[in-house]
This record gives sequence, C-alpha cells and structure tokens, in this order.
Amino acid sequence: MNFLSNLISGLSLGSIYALIALGYTMVYGIAKMLNFAHGDIIMVGAFTCVVFITNMGMHPAVGVLASVVVCVVVGVLVERIAYKPLRSAPPLSVLITAIGVSYFLQSLAQLIFGTNQKSFPKFISLSPITIGQLTIKGESVVTMAVTVVIMAALTLFISKTRMGKAMRAVSEDKQAAELMGISVNRTITITFAIGSALASVAGSFYGLTYGFVGPYSGSMPGIKAFVAAVFGGIGSIPGAMLGGILLGVIENMAKAYISTELSDAIVFGVLIAVLLVKPTGLLGKKTNEKV
Amino acid sequence: MKKNLFQNMKKTSRKNLVTYLICFSFFAAVRIMGATDNLTRHFSSLLVPICINVILAVSLNLVIGFLGELSLGHAGFMSVGAYAGCLFAIKFKEILPAAVRLPLAMLVGGMVAALFGLLVGIPVLRLKGDYLAIVTLAFGEILRSVIINLNFTGGASGLKGTPQDATFTAGFAAVILTLFVILNLADSKHGRAIMSLRENAIAASSVGINANGYKLMVFSLSAFFAGIAGVLYGSSVSILSASTFDYNKSIEILVMVVLGGMGSIRGSVIAAALITILPESMRALADYRMLIYALALIVMMILGTSEKFMLLRHALSPRRLLSKAVKHFRYKKEGQNNG
Repeated sequence: MNFLSNLISGLSLGSIYALIALGYTMVYGIAKMLNFAHGDIIMVGAFTCVVFITNMGMHPAVGVLASVVVCVVVGVLVERIAYKPLRSAPPLSVLITAIGVSYFLQSLAQLIFGTNQKSFPKFISLSPITIGQLTIKGESVVTMAVTVVIMAALTLFISKTRMGKAMRAVSEDKQAAELMGISVNRTITITFAIGSALASVAGSFYGLTYGFVGPYSGSMPGIKAFVAAVFGGIGSIPGAMLGGILLGVIENMAKAYISTELSDAIVFGVLIAVLLVKPTGLLGKKTNEKV
Repeated sequence: MKKNLFQNMKKTSRKNLVTYLICFSFFAAVRIMGATDNLTRHFSSLLVPICINVILAVSLNLVIGFLGELSLGHAGFMSVGAYAGCLFAIKFKEILPAAVRLPLAMLVGGMVAALFGLLVGIPVLRLKGDYLAIVTLAFGEILRSVIINLNFTGGASGLKGTPQDATFTAGFAAVILTLFVILNLADSKHGRAIMSLRENAIAASSVGINANGYKLMVFSLSAFFAGIAGVLYGSSVSILSASTFDYNKSIEILVMVVLGGMGSIRGSVIAAALITILPESMRALADYRMLIYALALIVMMILGTSEKFMLLRHALSPRRLLSKAVKHFRYKKEGQNNG
C-alpha cells in the first residue's frame, strides 16, 4: 500500500513536470532553441496567483485565469524582445540569451517580492480519498485529472487544427513551411503562448503541492522538466508527457526508498545514463547529419 | 622603414605580450600601493578572488570560446579540485611548509579535477550543443549533492581546517601560469585544430583532425585550471562549503566570459577582474546587480548578432579611428611638402 501511495504522489509530481516539459519540447521542436527561462514562467504564474488570490482577495478561478493571461503575455514579450532578433544566430548565443532572461525574471521577482518565500493560497481543499488502506490526496487527483484533460486537448489541437498543422510543418522544415504560406513568426509566437499557458497551470499546481513560492521556485522544477523533456526525446510531444511522468515517479521513489538528499543527483544520473545509451532520448527522432 | 622589435613580432605574440603587460602592471601597481600603505583592507581582500575568477574565466573560455561548446558545470570542476587540494593540504599541514604545500595542493586539485573533466568528456563525445550544456549542468549538480552527502568532505557543514596559504603572489603566479599555457595552446597547431572544430566539426575531421581527442583534451585542461582556482579558493576561506559551487556560480563565470568576449583571453581577464571589483564598490546597486548581469547578457547577445551594430562598432573602433587620423595627418603633411 505504501508503494502504491508513493507511486500516486509520483504520478502527481510527474504530471506537473510533464506540463512544464511540454512547453520546453514544443518550443524546441519549432524554434530549435532551449528556452531556459521557461522554468521561471512557472514562478511568474505562481506569484500572480498569490497576488490575485491572497492580496486582492479574488475568487481562485479568477486568479488562475489571470495567471494564465500574465504568463502568456510575459512569454510572448520575452520571445518578441529577446529571442526574435536572434533567429539566425548561433545556438550558443540563443542559449546564453535564454539564461539571461531567466536571470532577469528571477531578479525582477526578487526586487518586487523580496527574497523570502510567500505562502501559496490553498484554494482547492478536497478531503483525501480513501480506498481500503490507500489514501490519495485531493490535490493529487485534481492535478492528474487536469493534466490528462490538457494533454488530450493539446494532442487534438496539434493533430486536428490548422494551427497545429502549421506547427508540425514549421518543426519539420522552417523554410519549406514559409514557402507554403505559413507565417513562421506567428507560429513561433503561438507556440510560446501555449507553452507559457501550460507553465502557468503547472505553477498553480506546484504552489498547491508545496505551499510556498519564492523568486527561485521556478528554477529547480524548470531544470527537472527540461531533464524530462530530454529524457523523453526533446521535440517530441508524447515524449515530454512520458518523460515528465517517469521522472516524477523516479524522483518520488528515490526519495522514498534511497535518500531524500540524493534524489536530485539520482534524477540527473538517470538523465546522463539515458543520453549515453540513447542520445536523442526515449522517443526522440534520430537525425542524420548532412554535409 | 626600420621596424622595431615590437613591430617585428608575430601579431599573436604582440597581442599576448599586451595581455601579460596588463597583468604584470596590475601586480606592480598593487605591490606599490601596498608598500606605500595606500591599499585599503577592503581592496586587498579582493585580490585573491580576482585571481580565482581570472583563472576560472580564462579556463572556461577555452571550452566556450575556442572549442565552441557550452559548459554549465565549471563550478563543479572547481569544487572537486577545491576538495581534493584542501584535503591534501590538511593531511600535510604539519609536514610541509606553506611554500611547498600550496603548489602541491594545486597540482593535486588540478589533477583530480582534470580526471573528472575526462569523465564528463566521455559523454561529450556523443553529444553536442544544448544536450552537452545540460549534461555538464547535471554533472555539476550531481557533484554538489554527492559532496554534501559524503563524510570526509565535511558534509553540509563544510570542510574546516584548511591552512590559509592563498596569497596574492601565489594567486598571481597561478594566473600567469594559466595564461602562459592557454595562450601558447591557442597559438599552436593544437589550438588551431580546436578552433577549426568550432568553425565546422565535419570539415575539420575530414582533414584528419581528431575531434574526440581534442575535445577530451580541452575539457580536461579546462577542468584542470578550474581545479587550481578551486584550491586557491579553498585555501582562502575558513569553511569550504559545497553549496557555494552551485549552478549560479557556473553562470557567474559564464557571464565573465561572455562580457569579456568569447574567444578573447584578454577580455576574460579584464571582465573577471571588473566583475569581482565592481559589485563590491557599488554597494548601492547591490540589489540590482543580478538584474544588470541579466540585461548585459541579453543585450550583448542581441547586439553581437545585429549587423548594423557590428558595422557601427567597426566604424567607431579606436584603432580604426586612430589609423584614419594618422593617414589624414600624413596626407596633409605630404601636401604641404609638395606645395
């Protein structure tokens, strides 16, 4: 029973990682860049929830909606101001810019909210569900349910709509897509908007799970979600979902059965092991180098 | 026209000479200030950190600027070197005098860090670009959590009792040694091979350059010097704590390399020194320091790829303006002679 409850909290943590990893993987697939600042969008989303729900006393639904809007605006602004001028720049410059943006968001949050962590409003208070000896936290159920719904909607969006088709086309071949009349810039902007919206939802769940949010809250889940995206094969949407959930389960199991302090090291160790065996991740496509 | 010795030199040796001159004149200035009692206590406490950061930035520049790969785990190598060197120094505290102990500790720290550099280098051979960056980051984080959980490293409370051997002279000697090795490497056959890998790895291997061998060499050499910097750091603080060597430390070194200019050793030296001194002297801006770093990174990258800005920079470069002025002056003079 203990194993089962560990598994379920691992799945719940993994759902959060999967939501964040989707943002990484979509942006990588389309803009071929690592958006290092993606993790900090989670922090922006969580702080917006705190401001709207705790400080302004709004209804939680309004707060969550506001955090989605704020994150989308921040994500699109970052893309327009910092990343767009670097479309044809070498990958190293883009990565360094993304690190710069991540630092910028963190230090800005620190100037506004201070270094101390703020407590996150517990706006979902469900009583734990008990099946026999197994108890499942209400938040875990909500997190997993919402994640499943979002993933299904995203898969439908990518495979059925015109915009989804455009996204697939751009990730396949940017120039060919442009020749077919697809606006590459608009597609990239929309990808950033979707990724940021997912990150803001993940931010709310993250806040609910841990109860606190600080200026650096986004960096660790961000890096781990990135690990999850690489784990599943960066650029692949099912890969990000699988990688995120697996990573959450591995982390929780490591915490429960090996060592709490070493759990991060184990997560990173798994990443290195996977990359050594499969350099493109679990579901990643192998690309042949052309001269 | 008879050329003097300075003009007769190869262009690269001339550039390197200027770099050495900058370092030596800084050293001399500090010594003179020290002798005439003009050195504030605050500034003298920054001298060793300046040396440490210069070594770190120069050695990271070898990976980023010359090999063209991004390493986000430089602080990890620094920590391994620091712990190895400090444990060595503690063991031989009674037996060896400080003048022998510190160089030996540096050697030990450097060697151990280089070994870890090789260890990281092996996945490097299979990965590149963003994947490589994230693996180096992962290595750094793993090292940090493992060190915190080990007993002989002092665990979370840190390592105490390292003899305080790090002096400015020792640090300066280490800086000069680092510069000597890396500048000579850059100007050698091997250096050109490394830079050709940065420009086009496929083309380089097609003319017979051993890409894997050179990548391993760069990673272990860079780790070696990071280890030396770590030993200097460990011998200058009373408690060596693993939490210092986190991801942010690696980013700080990256900022120095980027601000100094990727691939420019002299730039790394100057940027590392300035980034160490400036925040301490601008206490009022302390809260905004990270914000300024972040903006500097973004603006540098955007301007660096903007063609208009590069043209403007070229047009306004001091050397060009100077040579233009000289030509103008000469032309005028000749005109007067003829007329």
